[in-house]
Formats: sequence, structure tokens, C-alpha cells
Amino acid sequence: MEIPSRLRVSPLAMSKVASQSLARALVITRREVCDSFRDWRIVTPILLLTLIFPWIMSLASRVAANFAVAYGVADNAATIAQQLVPFSLLIVSFFPISFSLVIALETFVGERERNTLEPLLATPISDGELYLGKLLAAMLLPLVASYLGLIFHLVGLRWTTDYHMPAQAFLQVVLLTTMEALVMVAGAVVVSSHTTSVRAANLLASFIIVPIALLLQGEAVLFFWMRYDVIWLMILGLLIVDLALVRTGIRIFNREEILARQYDELTLSGLRRSFSRFWSSPPGQLSGLEPHPLTLGSLYRNHLPRLLSHYLSPLSVVLVVMAGGLLMGWAFAIRYPLSQAGGLEGLVNSDLGQEWQHLGVLPGLNVWAIFIHNVRALLIAAFLGVISFGAAPLLLLLIPLGMVGFLLGQASSVGYSPFITLTAFVLPHGLVEIPAAWIATAFALKMGATILAPPRGLSLGEGFLLAMVNYLKIFFLLVVPLLLLAAFLEVRVTPQVALWLLGG
Amino acid sequence: MIIETQNLTKEFGSLRAVDSLNLRIREGEILVLLGPNGAGKTTTVRLLASILKPTSGRATIAGYDVVEEAMIIRQMVGFLTEFPGLYLRMSLGDYLDFFGELYGISREKRRRRSEELMERFGVLDVRGKRLAEFSKGMRQKVALMRALIHEPQILFLDEPTSAMDPHSAKMVRDHICGLRSSWHTILLCTHNLAEAESLADRIAIISQGRIIALGTPWGLKRQLLGAPLFELRLASPLDRLLSTVGEWVEIEEHGPTWFRYRTLLSEEVNPLLLHRLAEVGAEVVALSEVPRSLEEVYLRIVEDGDGDTLSA
Repeated sequence: MEIPSRLRVSPLAMSKVASQSLARALVITRREVCDSFRDWRIVTPILLLTLIFPWIMSLASRVAANFAVAYGVADNAATIAQQLVPFSLLIVSFFPISFSLVIALETFVGERERNTLEPLLATPISDGELYLGKLLAAMLLPLVASYLGLIFHLVGLRWTTDYHMPAQAFLQVVLLTTMEALVMVAGAVVVSSHTTSVRAANLLASFIIVPIALLLQGEAVLFFWMRYDVIWLMILGLLIVDLALVRTGIRIFNREEILARQYDELTLSGLRRSFSRFWSSPPGQLSGLEPHPLTLGSLYRNHLPRLLSHYLSPLSVVLVVMAGGLLMGWAFAIRYPLSQAGGLEGLVNSDLGQEWQHLGVLPGLNVWAIFIHNVRALLIAAFLGVISFGAAPLLLLLIPLGMVGFLLGQASSVGYSPFITLTAFVLPHGLVEIPAAWIATAFALKMGATILAPPRGLSLGEGFLLAMVNYLKIFFLLVVPLLLLAAFLEVRVTPQVALWLLGG
Repeated sequence: MIIETQNLTKEFGSLRAVDSLNLRIREGEILVLLGPNGAGKTTTVRLLASILKPTSGRATIAGYDVVEEAMIIRQMVGFLTEFPGLYLRMSLGDYLDFFGELYGISREKRRRRSEELMERFGVLDVRGKRLAEFSKGMRQKVALMRALIHEPQILFLDEPTSAMDPHSAKMVRDHICGLRSSWHTILLCTHNLAEAESLADRIAIISQGRIIALGTPWGLKRQLLGAPLFELRLASPLDRLLSTVGEWVEIEEHGPTWFRYRTLLSEEVNPLLLHRLAEVGAEVVALSEVPRSLEEVYLRIVEDGDGDTLSA
């Protein structure tokens, strides 16, 4: 073969280049799909789930519907039975796509384990083409099986229960299924960057399966209540997660990462070593491999100020979101003034607070209960931040700040001074509690965002571990003491200030 | 120079796998990279094949930069990886066709090229068999065919005969020799010293990411083990001749009927020695060069590997 001349790509040739790229990706896809067809361990269950399972579910749906009609106490038992049917659709569509996770782990990690990836990396195929080819290969067979299963199930339902699926709901099930398959495959690529064996990857896959299982439960509830509007939002959210995961996948699925980081495996001892190194190194000084001697004083004097200065960007983002939350609450108050329904006094004197306490949403008015409630809320937000790439803590922080904005807006609309209202109800403890929530949310945001964009020079796992260590440092050394102080002020000082200012 | 590196360096975290490597390979040359496990051979080849990016330094293949023009490099070179890494559920024919397609070869040309390779490697009759049924040696052959499917002029071969039986290994070595005669440039990594000696135009010994010796097999031996050693055997005892012969050549060791000496000028010294022995009536039974293994050279270099680069 002759040595090719230097390539010159004109803008006009871009579409040709793109189609050639797609063609190369499809070469990979075709081989992998054929390979899946050659494996009876994949084909047999998929065939069963496509051809047999939907009919069984159709019969089960009829039995469930008959049961609800026969023993239902409500007048609308038949309607309730009908509303249960989409749940069976979700199950029928989800089971085949669960194989996309298995195939993805096999194709991304299995190839590396069997040393079949390097010959591919030596060919003139780009990292993106390889990623796309494998992504399509992992999704194609399970998705086709899922769509066919859905159609068989609908035909079966029509036959056994005379059920008519609303077109919107059907479209939503199809879209949700597609998005979930993409989440699992793109998530599998992220998982595959932390392991060199399929076995270990399967164990780590629970980080994908658990959120998807929770999501399915949420979808089932929404379909039952026919909240198609919320389901559209959910689809949009899944699309964003898909895009984020694909972006991360493209970033980590490249020759350099695959071959250079082949020993970047998650092990308990490795995690412990990295954790210890990150904990003892002052922020921005990870090069020192020897752990520095740590004292509580050095943490407060040295680590915390540096940490905060390293987190200026997320702190700024959260600050903007907090201001936005306040303004949104205020705007909401102007749009829906409570003066029309009893005014601010009505709200204050209502049983709403007690009802919320019955529901367990708000804590009792004592220091310990408020402290535990706030700690728990921030930790849950941080956990959700990990699986939402940092979005959940921001959204959750909008709620209390929106409420404060709403309260101030209402106060203003009925002639109270917003400043006095703020000083009476919020400021005494808010001066401590709000900065604590601000800082904790910024660190949680960074922790979730690290999954999408690990710091340079660190692997995804190392980057995430570093962000988690930083979160824990700031949380236990700064946020927890602040929350404790805030809870004390909220119980002991704020009511006194409110009484003094409002003359109660 | 078709392959050229300038201070090529690759670091993985705190580990420097390749350290300021300077290498120049001529077109049509076979250069063998020899070194212990973890010396940096595979990383070097991966850098040159544009699979990894160097931390610093640069390398060019036929004038193309391995970082900037990686796609061209990958299209241009054939790479036999350390492990065959075959898709075992595929048949041989499908496997070669798949890789041919990745290299952008037309369907008809792929078919022709696959058949040609299968015939050359004696596996045409098993083209429809799944690769899982192949022996280790056969799999290595398939991997080599994969590296040759797009007719590359430059080949990087990482342990090409590992896990092969002697017959298959010889077939592969013969094929590599054939490639040399068709002006292919080959960079070959191996642990097999005999293979290195038989195939190499030049040998580069690499340790801890640095080239510590570079030269022809003969040149390295001469430099490390001194001038060639010759052994001469006589029909009768040496006793009375020993002092006389000692004036002609420097005897290194001797027995009752034989002696050994070194010379760099064997073409002049040996005929003269035979002539003089004939003059004094000594009957010569044999004169031969004492074989010196590359292993001896290799071990000596690797054990003293911290020194400067040795060129021969």
C-alpha cells in the first residue's frame, strides 16, 4: 500500500467525512450485533422476553383488571384497573433493554479483558467512531426486542382486555425506553473506565441499575395518575442525563485513557490510599505522595480557606441560583397574593405548619430536631447530586429560598416591611444557616459535576473521590458546626426577635 | 530515515515508561527492540503506532507526526499486538474481512487480499472455521495476517512468535525475512534472542525506558565480548609448538592439542597462521570461530544498564 499523501479537508467535504465516519462506526456496530446473535446466552432470553413474556403480561393484565373490577371497593374500580396497564407496558419494555447494560459491559470491558480492543485501536478509526459504533451495537438488539415486545403486548392487551393505549402514553413509553437504554449503555462506559474485568464491572453496574429501578417506580406512579405532563419533563430530564453521560463517555473512551489507565481499578485498598492522600494533602497540592501530618488546627487554618478559594466557581453559581430562587418566590407571591384568601395572618395562623409536621416534612421546634433535619436534607441533596451530575442540590436549594422569597413578597403585598419580616423570621438563624447551605450545595454541585468533567490529570474515579473528600472536609469541619449554631439560634433567638419586632 | 524519534518520552503518573528515546530506522531495515519485561518496548511501539500520545518529545513515520497525523500513521502501519486478541466467535474469513473494511479496502480487494494471505500462511482450508477452534500458534498467525491485511510498508511486531510451536515460529520468521526482501521496514519486539539475532539488521537494547545499546548483532558482540575468538585443533600434541605459536598470535587458552586466540583481522591472520603451521610440519585438524551468544551480550548490557548508551 502506498503511503497516503497529506489530507486536506475542505468545508464542502465535511458531509462526506461525516458519512465516512458513520460508515466506519457502523462497521463496528454490524460486527458486534452479529457477535451478539452468535451468543445464545444473549439471544435466548431476548427472544423469550420479546415473544413469550408480552403474552404472559397480557394475560396477567387481564387477571389484574378482572380482580380490580370484581373486588374493587370504589365506583371507579374499572378505571383503576385500566390505569395499572401502562405499568405492565413499562415492565415489558424494560426487561429487554436491561440486556443493553449486559451487552455494553461486555463490549466495553469484555473487549479490554480479552485484549481484543488494542487491534481495533491500531486501525484508522477515531475514538468517537469506535464509541458510537459500540454504543449503537449495545442498544440496537435490546431496543428492537423491546419495541417488538411492546407491540406484541399491545396486541395481546387488545385481545384480552380490550384496552386502548392512549397514543401519547405509548409514545412516552417508547421514548422512556429508548432514553433508559441510552442511560444504561452510556453509564456502562463510565463504569468500564474503573475496571479491567467484566465481573467487577457487573458489580459496579448496581450504580446504574439502582437509579433506573427508582426511576421506573416513579414512572409507574406518574402513569397511574396520568401525569403525562410530568412524564414529558421526565423524558426531557433523561435526555439531558443521556447527553451528559455520552459527553463523559466520549471524554473517557479514548485510546490514551483505555491503555494508559488500564490499571485504574477500583479496589478497597486503592480507594483507602487515595482517600488518605486526598484528605491529608492541602487543596491544589496533590503531587506530594507522602501524607502530611494533620491537625485540626492545620485543617482549619490551611485546608478550609484554600478549599473555599478553589471552589469560587461553584460558590458563584449557587449564589446566583439562590438569588434566582428568592426572586422566583417573590414573583410567585405577586402573582398569587394571599391577601385574597385571608392574607399573611391567615397563612401564619393556619394549621399548615402542624399538618406538614404530621407528614414528617418539617422538624419539631427543638435544636436537635432542626439540626438533624438540616444535616439530613443536605446529605440527601449531595447524594442526589451524584446521580444528577450536581443538578439536584441546586434545585432542592431553590425550594427553601423560593419560600423565603414568597413570604417576603406576601409580606410586602399586604403592607408589611419585607426587611422587618426577613429580620424577624429568617435573619437571626439564616445568617448562619444560609451560608452553610450555600457552601454545602456548592461542594455537592462540584461533586456531581466532576462525573461529567473530571479534573485534568486525574481519572474519573480519582476526580470524584477528591471531590467527595473535599465535600466531607467542608461538611464536617464547617457546615455541621454552622448548622448546629443555626438550629440553636432558630429555637432560642429567632422567636424572640420575631416577638420583639412584631410585638406579639 | 523512515522512522525517527527525538527525546520521545511517555509517563504514566510517576512512572516514566519511555525516557528520552532517540531512534532512527532506515527504510527496509529490521530493528529489533530487546529488553526485559517492563522495559518500555510495548509502550514505544504503541507511541509509534499512534495509539498512545507521548508526554514529551516527538516521533515521525515517513515524515508524518505520530500525534498530529495519527490517522495517517494508523493507515500506514501494520501492528501486531502483544496478545493476538481475536474475536473467537468469528470465522477466519469474516475476521480478515472486518479488519480490511476498517482500513477502507474495497470488498473485491479485501477478498483477494485475504485469500492471498491465507494461502501464504497455509490456512486457506480453514477459512470458514471459527477462530475459537484454532490453536495458539494458529491464532498468532491470524493476528499477523490481520496486521498485513492492508499491505503496510511499515510493520510493528510485538512478540510475533510467542506461543508458537517451532514449525509455526519458523514459518513466521521466514515470512518476516520475505518482508525484508520486499523492502518493508520492521520494528520487532522480542524476548527471543536467537530470533533477534537471526532477523535483526540492528538491535536496540532497552532498559527502564532508555536505549542502552544499539548496533548490529556482530557489532554489539565485538564491542561487549571483545574481538572474535578462534580455536585451532592439531593432530599432534602442542607442547613443542606452543612458544612458537605464541609469537604469531596471542594465545588466550590452550589444551593438549588445541589453542584459542583472538583477532580482529581474521582474514589476514588465519591464512598466515595456517601457512606457518604447515611450514613447521604441524597437521591442522580444524580452525573455527568460537560461537558467542547474543544472550551473553544481552545479559552483560542489561546488568550494567545504568551507564551511557552503547553504540556499535
